Amino acid sequence: MTLSDIMFYLFAGSILTFSVLTVTSRRILRSAVYLLFVLVSTAGIYFMLNYNFLAAVQLTVYAGGIIVLIIFSILLTSHVSEKAVVAPLSQQIYSALAVAAGAVLTLMTIFRFGFTATTVQQGDATVQTVGRALVSYGKDGFALPFEVISVLLLAAMVGAIVLARKEKKVSDVATPTTSNRDNTSKS
Amino acid sequence: MIDNIPLNSFLVISTLMFFIGIYGFLTRRNLITMLMSIELILNSVNINFVVFNRFLYPNQLHGHFFSLIVIAVAASEAAVAIAIIINIYRNFKSIDVQNIDQMKL
Repeated sequence: MTLSDIMFYLFAGSILTFSVLTVTSRRILRSAVYLLFVLVSTAGIYFMLNYNFLAAVQLTVYAGGIIVLIIFSILLTSHVSEKAVVAPLSQQIYSALAVAAGAVLTLMTIFRFGFTATTVQQGDATVQTVGRALVSYGKDGFALPFEVISVLLLAAMVGAIVLARKEKKVSDVATPTTSNRDNTSKS
Repeated sequence: MIDNIPLNSFLVISTLMFFIGIYGFLTRRNLITMLMSIELILNSVNINFVVFNRFLYPNQLHGHFFSLIVIAVAASEAAVAIAIIINIYRNFKSIDVQNIDQMKL
């Protein structure tokens, strides 16, 4: 049992425990923090797989961005001490059974297939390689998906701003126009 | 660093995480916690992509970039979903799914 084994089992255990706690905890804010632990442990697994850039992106975008956004919206929409409403017990049992059946089926398929890992020398995924691949086109270039995802992000941000903006009430909008019309007709 | 850890153990983690996310999506009644379950599901898919890339095609980067793009999609999805949730809260004063039964007030 080497050190990397111990680290892997540590990350795996924390991912599984905290994801169970995320979906079962009754306090919403606490389950957001458990989700943060899950995402940080996933970044640890990416570090172990030697994808440093991806792990950094996971830490900044997921753990730094999405979790903060979720915590903001929790604080905007509910009290800190509020307990979350969950489904009735029968529905919980049925969904647990369905989920267990699906997990068993998938695990059986995975173990029966037997993936054989290649022994090819690992290409290094340094930041330089990743950056070159992101802006180059051709066989090993990813310029098109990069551009598409940037346009998608821009559209999503504009859409989010438009959706979350406080709209004027219909009555508030209607009354000034009628009064204006009255004023113009009087004058 | 991961020479003695088999591919299957990573796949077991991501499978269990995926189904835990589905369980949360089925049993939760709060929109934000349902969104958090979706984040769990997306994250488990990311682990799958990265692990297949590392173990089966180590000299290419396709899985790496796919999960990078999934992270970006997850970020934009979370932003739009939270905007919608805040809008729903403004109209219904609640974000529990059983209270939201009208498209328009």
